[in-house]
Amino acid sequence: MKRLDMATQVLVNKAMEEGIETGLDRLEKQSPQCGFGQLGMCCRICYLGPCRIDPFDGRGKGVCGATADTIVCRNLLREETGGAASHVGHARHVVLTMKKMLEGKAPGYRIVDRGKLMEIASGLGIATESRTDNEIALDMVNKALEDLSRQDGEPMNWLKFRTPEKEFNMWQEVGLVVSNAHNEIEEAMHRTSMGNDADPINLLLACLRMGIVDGYAGLFMAADFHDVLFGTPKIRTTEANLGVLEPDKVNIAIHGHNPVLSTKVLQWADKLEGEAVNQGAKGINVIGVCCSGNELTIRNGIPMAAHNLQSEFIMLTGAIDVMPVDMQCIWPSTAQLASCFGTKVITTEPFVKIPGAEHIGFEPEHADQEAEKIVRCGIDTFNARKGKSVTIPKYKTVGYAGFSVEAIIELLKKLNNKDPLKPLIDNIVNGNIYGAVGIAGCPSLKLRDTFMTEKMTRELIKNNVLVVTTGCTAHICAQAGLLNSKAAENECGDGLKAVLTVLGETGGFGAPLPPVWHMGSCVDNSRIGHLLGVLAQRLGVKISQVPAAASAPELVQEKAVSIVTWFLALGLMVHIAPVPRILGSPVASKVLTSDLENITGGKAYVELDPVKAASGIIKHIAEKRHSLGI
Amino acid sequence: MKRVFIDVRRCTGCKSCELACAVEHSESKDLFLAVFETPSPVKRIHVEQVQAFSYPSRCMHCEEASCMIACPSGAMDKDKSGAVVVNEARCMGCMMCAMVCPFGAITMNRASKVIIKCDFCITRKNNGKLPACVEACPTGTLQYGEEEDLVRSKRIVAGQAVIKAVCAEKERLSETNPLEIFRKLGGI
Repeated sequence: MKRLDMATQVLVNKAMEEGIETGLDRLEKQSPQCGFGQLGMCCRICYLGPCRIDPFDGRGKGVCGATADTIVCRNLLREETGGAASHVGHARHVVLTMKKMLEGKAPGYRIVDRGKLMEIASGLGIATESRTDNEIALDMVNKALEDLSRQDGEPMNWLKFRTPEKEFNMWQEVGLVVSNAHNEIEEAMHRTSMGNDADPINLLLACLRMGIVDGYAGLFMAADFHDVLFGTPKIRTTEANLGVLEPDKVNIAIHGHNPVLSTKVLQWADKLEGEAVNQGAKGINVIGVCCSGNELTIRNGIPMAAHNLQSEFIMLTGAIDVMPVDMQCIWPSTAQLASCFGTKVITTEPFVKIPGAEHIGFEPEHADQEAEKIVRCGIDTFNARKGKSVTIPKYKTVGYAGFSVEAIIELLKKLNNKDPLKPLIDNIVNGNIYGAVGIAGCPSLKLRDTFMTEKMTRELIKNNVLVVTTGCTAHICAQAGLLNSKAAENECGDGLKAVLTVLGETGGFGAPLPPVWHMGSCVDNSRIGHLLGVLAQRLGVKISQVPAAASAPELVQEKAVSIVTWFLALGLMVHIAPVPRILGSPVASKVLTSDLENITGGKAYVELDPVKAASGIIKHIAEKRHSLGI
Repeated sequence: MKRVFIDVRRCTGCKSCELACAVEHSESKDLFLAVFETPSPVKRIHVEQVQAFSYPSRCMHCEEASCMIACPSGAMDKDKSGAVVVNEARCMGCMMCAMVCPFGAITMNRASKVIIKCDFCITRKNNGKLPACVEACPTGTLQYGEEEDLVRSKRIVAGQAVIKAVCAEKERLSETNPLEIFRKLGGI
């Protein structure tokens, strides 16, 4: 069986000793996995099927006559639609929370970051003079809802607001400017149902549009509303890995993606700390799993206990007292395991229920009551657990998180107040920073034993490539110590190390900044796009010309597929592993890995070996530098 | 001799065996690279629909193989393990072997103009691996083992059915028959 990192392996061993089934066992049972599926050549869209095309018979077609190209591209668009729908649904949830707050129906929330509100208002063309914050925020809400409802074909507000001019013009030329996220999602499902779009190129263009829907009505919109309601992240320290669990405290593991509920849980954990102490606990320890965790880490500094793959293993510690979850990436097995250890997974969204989990319906209107209930549930479980033995792996690391674009620029202003990006650009030009790579996505059981993300990241920073990261890859990097100043001192190329040392001193951190910057959750991939946009605009070039690339080194979720496509639309080379389900289609393979470069500047790059992947990325950055004449 | 038995009740017709077989007989032996190879690799196992079942049909590596007898050029041979294999250098592509094969296990390789058939994954076997089709089968339709073990497992399955029937009968008798009541209580 695969061997994982030391912390997780402690719990894998425990599972094996106690005969408890985990994802590792299930992956083994599922292997070898279906080759038709892996190539994207299986079509289940209509009841003439299921059809699968023999990849070694070039003439194979589905019953309706759909070719491998049609089938692969339709499947890819459906994957992306699942991803974009998740992010747009997440954004809408936060928008509606703010709407309820402004209508006075959700008293648990308030505008936390007025500066961000004003920045967004100005970007969206909302009048601010002699108007109250609430009036401005209500306009912001309506602008967002317009992006989910307008029928006039005008570009989405968030797309206009957040896209640099050069990219906006390019998309307009190619026909990629979208107007209404919900229409696009509807049309994609319509387009891919039986007997509609069969043209692989037209389908691939729709894929790019779906990536753009995800980027602006999903990632950017969600992150913008998060910042206004909960604050724009600032650079701060945090702890990571399973060792952050504390046996004598009530451990509340926040899991999912949305800070709307989890922020309230954190507040109630503070309020009820005294009660927990009365019950014999040493306090309440709110810890983060997956991206809800990241949201609280970048704003409140809570420890990053586990990435998505560890969400199952963390249950095996026996030390989790309650795990409230909201949406996305929640393995059904967590609830099954919770029952083995006398603890509870609490689902909160009406559309996310899991057999074996308790359901406490969450509505922003009653956020305080529901969050209180969840924390009390944790205290009760602790009471029953008290004194029982737990298995907490002794591994934890310390690192920095919260590198929002605002925080980075604030820091750079200390070096050059008038032109904050200049020091960064000077160092890119002189090669101290050879390039930048945004690494995002998930931990994959298929690649976790190869330490794909860590090895690739280490190789990049060694070659003076600055890495920014989000989501579960941020957890992986944190656990590997890559968010720590020591990584700058010991693992970086000299150029990058010098820059990070200056930045660390300037920021008053007393040590170099880490070579990997944790920008937040997976919707905070918008911050990566934002940073690249800001840099490109300052340089007066397209994003595709910046010496940068993106990578999803352990892609799992459909959301990762739609984010990747947004990056492709922006003009980035995106490294992907494992192999995306497109190889069954000669057209999709060729367009996505090469021809697309002539249209947006972006291309997909598939490589499963971490060292080779890093050198492929560095080669790409070298080409970009060469074209810029630096 | 090692053989593959087919439990047709388990086959879902997913064709994973076909795909794995073609990949095993490709240059790269890697699915993601094999799709780009020219000529395309060819499968040696064929999933056929028979009434409401699907049947993965492959060479049975017969003891008295008709293909060996029928081949006019002496291209058919048995290897050390007992597998029936084709010597491509001798094959002239007449398809006599395919004509006499009762299983339809022999096809023509259009690219090389010689017949093509299951080689029992010689290279994999030498590396201690299962035949590719067996490894790929997600439902256990293709079962690999020593022929005596495979046959014995059939006897055990049949025996289990008998025991089940006997137990049901004993259970029924245990309601009334004093000896069976005694046995149920642990007496015998």
